[in-house]
Amino acid sequence: MSAPLEAKSVTMRFGGLKALADFNLVMQPGELVGLIGPNGAGKTTAFNAITGVYTPSEGEVRVAGELVNAQRPHEICAKGVARTFQNIRLYKQLTALDNVRVACHARATSGFFDALFLTARHRTEESRILARAEEYLKVMGLSHRRDEVSRNLPYGEQRRLEIARALATGPKVLCLDEPAAGMNAAEKVELMQLIRDIRDRFGISILVIEHDMRLVMGVSERLLVLDHGVTIAQGKPEAIRKNPKVIEAYLGDAYLEEKHIAITPEGAR
Amino acid sequence: MARAQAVFRSVLPFLLGLPILFAIQGITPPDYALILVSVGVNVVLAVSLNVVNGFTGQFSLGHAGFMAVGAYTAAKITTGLVGVDLPFVPQSFSDQAIFALALTAGMGTAAIAGFLVGMPSLRLRGDYLAIVTLGFGEIIRSIIENMKTLGQATGLSGLPPRTNLVWVGVSAIATVVMARRLAVSTQGRALFAIREDEVAAEAMGVDTTGYKVRAFVISAAYAGLAGALISHAILLATPRMFTFVRSIEVVVMVVLGGLGSITGSIVAACTLTIALELLREFQAYRMVVYAILLIALMLLRPQGIFGTREIWDLAIVRRLFRTRQLAATGPAGASPTEVRDDSTKGVV
Repeated sequence: MSAPLEAKSVTMRFGGLKALADFNLVMQPGELVGLIGPNGAGKTTAFNAITGVYTPSEGEVRVAGELVNAQRPHEICAKGVARTFQNIRLYKQLTALDNVRVACHARATSGFFDALFLTARHRTEESRILARAEEYLKVMGLSHRRDEVSRNLPYGEQRRLEIARALATGPKVLCLDEPAAGMNAAEKVELMQLIRDIRDRFGISILVIEHDMRLVMGVSERLLVLDHGVTIAQGKPEAIRKNPKVIEAYLGDAYLEEKHIAITPEGAR
Repeated sequence: MARAQAVFRSVLPFLLGLPILFAIQGITPPDYALILVSVGVNVVLAVSLNVVNGFTGQFSLGHAGFMAVGAYTAAKITTGLVGVDLPFVPQSFSDQAIFALALTAGMGTAAIAGFLVGMPSLRLRGDYLAIVTLGFGEIIRSIIENMKTLGQATGLSGLPPRTNLVWVGVSAIATVVMARRLAVSTQGRALFAIREDEVAAEAMGVDTTGYKVRAFVISAAYAGLAGALISHAILLATPRMFTFVRSIEVVVMVVLGGLGSITGSIVAACTLTIALELLREFQAYRMVVYAILLIALMLLRPQGIFGTREIWDLAIVRRLFRTRQLAATGPAGASPTEVRDDSTKGVV
């Protein structure tokens, strides 16, 4: 069986700028992978290339073995890759429940005709969607906010609602773009635990972008480090922590000199 | 059995509405009939435009163009078949059947026009889409003005008087039912998602282009219906009836009532039409009145009278109809107990 998500030497060029170069990633079923790197490293670009917002300039994106390069985001979503956004993009005027129900639409089979003539198919579909949406709200601890307009939710709950929405599309791979941004330390820890629970409960692979190194190292089994669009390291969290290239990317080479750590090609592994 | 039940449910609003409409038709003095017809036609126009402008958030200014397509198609059919009678049925029934055919054909051609206009232009957003739809509306009008078979600038006259209050009422019910059923369905929520955030809608699996085109086509079809109705009420179809001023009128109704609010569109369509009828002597200042109304609205209540909500969501109405409101907002087909469960959940 082919991997649920695979990126093969994906390159994104914007004019003369190479925002992402030769990006490789194979997600295994049930794997939790962290994607880290300083600001402007190309993390979100990688997300956009995977989820179809951009069409890769070079390389291949495969979902369950199928080439999806030229496909639109909704097609890729239907194939089982869901995402959240760095700057929350909820449907602000809709209720929490409706936000999730929209996402359930990705798996809906009834059409406009069914809705206009209230066919039996439409009714079973609607009740199925309602049940599913309520379940996802419950999983994310948002049942009490069911009928509240999403704009009025507290920040942390908005983030969780976005995850609930992404889950409702029925993904095999969930891409979370800085889910903990703007949260305090306690909330962050709680969220990371929740992400693990989601992975275990639904058996899906999760790719998460996160700035907080300690946090992402605690939660993910494998890390991928980007800097200036180049993958500078990947592997287990412990190895990444010691990798001089990663330390340099995050803290600058002055820090390394001070600590007398040599940067050698072998050091990068 | 379940099938029969489903069919019954889907036509229920018409079964309830028809006797009332026949009664209204019977008691309305002829002098007022035309006002009621234009009220009904404006309801059809405003509610159908709301599907595109309010539900989907795509600003279209070409509604009159689709009206024209529907009006001319229907007019061509009724004038072409004016001497034709169906065998074995009374003359009046035959006339009505031909009119029904004409209305359907008008909706069909308007829907096709909507598809042709929608496909290329719905890639655009905001102001650009507004300008393109405005342009398309004018193109449709100028095509008609230059076609000999459609009577050029003088248009088609001598249409048979087929529009009555029952037809208008049924059309208005059909439009409102369509909009309402869309609004509470997964398809409608997909449209709302496009309005709220197109990028997120696309990422969550909504085929944004496809749904925009579908909304546009449905909306155009009902505009065609409205055009066909009004032309068979004033027995005339001229390009002048379908200028962009007409489109603006409908947009004003939708914006006034609140983008996304079906009841808002209905209320605005009714009040504006009747108000303008009462102020007939000031007809020349119509556009001035519209402009002032819009400016006042933007300053005082930018979301429209009802915003995206329906009339029964408003606090005052809620308090007045405490018990009735529960039944109204409950999902169609839910038993009263289920609905009550729903409301307690919100409180706890």
